[in-house]
Amino acid sequence: MALGTQDRSAPAPPEPPPDRAGGGRKGSKSRKGLAPYLLTLPGVAWLVAFFAAPLGFMFLFTFYDGTIDIGYSFTSDWPQTYFEAFTTYDTQIIRSVIYALIVTVATLLISFPMMYWIAMKGGRRKNLFVLLMLLPFFTPFLIRTLAWQLVLSDQGIFLGTLKDIGLLSADFKLLASPLAVISGMTYNFLPFMALPLYVALEKLDSSLLDAAADLYSSKREAFLKVTLPLTLPGVFAGSLLTFIPSVGDFIDAEILGNPNTTMIGSIIRRQLLVNQDYPTGAALSFLLIAGILVAVFLYARALGTEELTG
Amino acid sequence: MANVRLEDVSKAFKSAVAVDNLTLTIDEGEFFSLLGPSGCGKTTTLRMIGGFEEPSSGRIWLGDEDVSGLPAHKRDVNTVFQSYALFPHLSVAENVAYGLKRQGVAKDEIGPRVEAMLELVDLEGYGQRRTTQLSGGQQQRVALARALVNRPQVLLLDEPLGALDLKLRKQMQLELKRIQSEVGITFIYVTHDQEEAMTMSDRIAVMSAGRLEQVGAPQDVYELPATSFVASFLGASNLLEGEIEGTSGEVTKVRLGVGGTVTLPAGRLTDSEGPVAVGVRPEKLHIQTTNSSEVDRGDNAIEATVVNSTYTGVSTSYECATSDGTRLVVYVQNLERSASPPGAGAKVRLTWDPDHTFAVSKARPEKT
Ligand SMILES: Nc1ncnc2c1ncn2[C@@H]1O[C@H](COP(=O)(O)OP(=O)(O)OP(=O)(O)O)[C@@H](O)[C@H]1O
Ligand SMILES: [Mg+2]
Repeated sequence: MALGTQDRSAPAPPEPPPDRAGGGRKGSKSRKGLAPYLLTLPGVAWLVAFFAAPLGFMFLFTFYDGTIDIGYSFTSDWPQTYFEAFTTYDTQIIRSVIYALIVTVATLLISFPMMYWIAMKGGRRKNLFVLLMLLPFFTPFLIRTLAWQLVLSDQGIFLGTLKDIGLLSADFKLLASPLAVISGMTYNFLPFMALPLYVALEKLDSSLLDAAADLYSSKREAFLKVTLPLTLPGVFAGSLLTFIPSVGDFIDAEILGNPNTTMIGSIIRRQLLVNQDYPTGAALSFLLIAGILVAVFLYARALGTEELTG
Repeated sequence: MANVRLEDVSKAFKSAVAVDNLTLTIDEGEFFSLLGPSGCGKTTTLRMIGGFEEPSSGRIWLGDEDVSGLPAHKRDVNTVFQSYALFPHLSVAENVAYGLKRQGVAKDEIGPRVEAMLELVDLEGYGQRRTTQLSGGQQQRVALARALVNRPQVLLLDEPLGALDLKLRKQMQLELKRIQSEVGITFIYVTHDQEEAMTMSDRIAVMSAGRLEQVGAPQDVYELPATSFVASFLGASNLLEGEIEGTSGEVTKVRLGVGGTVTLPAGRLTDSEGPVAVGVRPEKLHIQTTNSSEVDRGDNAIEATVVNSTYTGVSTSYECATSDGTRLVVYVQNLERSASPPGAGAKVRLTWDPDHTFAVSKARPEKT
């Protein structure tokens, strides 16, 4: 599954240029075929060492039982690990998925008009506008979220002012609520949605909109029949890039939420790093991965264009 | 009945005036071309007729309806865009059906109309293809079909053949002409290629710097250009400066700056006195070595020196200079094997029929 859905016809690995006439070295023929693959070697090695291998170990852990003190041993009762992990934390799993869905929709609704405006009306200052939008994200995730905590705090600049002028009652709270967590996540994941959308909107040929108008489409129809279908790959890529990390996010929930907004990411982190219950943590991770894969597959099927699944 | 009428239409952009006080009437069923150099405002004019651009001033009429304020999607006009602007997410048939669907044409009528249109443009069987899989010429025909299928009153074409190679271009020119006579729709055709405009059009409007220079049938515009711009844009202009001497009966005499007088039919001049420039097309000129035969009675004649000659097989083109340095180009058909064509430096006499003389108003007021 390629996230870069833009390149519908991803070209085959490029052939190296043919040898200059007369200068044919021995063995150049077989090297010609291998070279593109050799080029991918560093990347593949990196992924194997730092992604596939840890993932494999994690997967193995789900077949084990025990704790760090008594040691781990293989158990034939491993399905129980999964089952228990799920039944114990189903609330957090479902909550994570719901939050992530809301965040995906919210970032889409917020960034689509914004990026549409920049791409269509930004003129020569397009890049400046995009940079301005990204500027806050030059600060680290954690700092941003802590700042968001200040913004949402009961007597902070935002709520405090509203309370001072009497628009809100003195005991109104935003922090430590689902709304705060979702707002924080929406803010933090905005660029993941906005940038793919921008790329899709920016390469939309404005003469196609002229053509739509020429062929009796009102502005609204042109948007629905031309702009939207042609930017769907951007919507798809943005949704995945937003949804997948938000399901596993825990920083927003821990800083802005309360015990009732705990997300599955927090649980996994705690199992692995605090309780050192590796089997449960690993099982939860794989449940999450499986869930995301199923969701992504269903989503791709629902959007249903060959560009997205092919 | 007038089909499209532009009344004092102007369009000013922030940086420049693209169209300046344009008044035009285009008849129903006409193949009408807008011809002019790059940047003269052809596309802008077309976009205003199509409704993509609003005139800064002036009115546009479509039949009896003033459409000046009407948005593009409400005008009974369709466009073939220079870049074709085919919808990449739709198949060929879906592209062609797009306008019909938006207009709410009955579903069972759409299929046959799309089929018939694809047949008209020679693309039967291509309906299910993606537009990105088509050649340039095929894409061009899809764009044409997509516009024509709506049976608009007027079809606007913005350099539709600009992206095609010469051979395909010639072929599509004929095909466009055929299609136009088959459907009988008014075509307004933008091009900067004078040959293309002349072969295809019933009438041509020559534009320069946002202004209308001349409107007329191809022969009129070519043979009798009204301004020095038109004279030089449609081929070698061969202009000679002079002063009107007077008119007697059917002929007007013009005294040339280089000496001598030429005559031309009286009706070709707007003024009765003052400075004027007269011209003659290169293929209308005859070249004589000075010591040879006499000038035919009544023919115009001027002395010149050959600067260089170029043999091109069918014809030979001579570049000549008069005594004041004015350059004149002469095309001579190589009907016989000439033993000694005049070479560079030869003194020659150029003669032509007075009826082939045209006059352009000498001082065209400069654009302010
Ligand atoms: N959207 C615009 N904004 C500002 N200036 C414009 C715009 N469109 C056109 N112009 C200017 O108006 C003038 C006429 O442009 P137009 O596109 O009508 O020329 P054209 O005759 O179609 O030329 P070409 O043969 O190169 O297509 C040009 O000087 C151009 O720079
Ligand atoms: Mg143009």
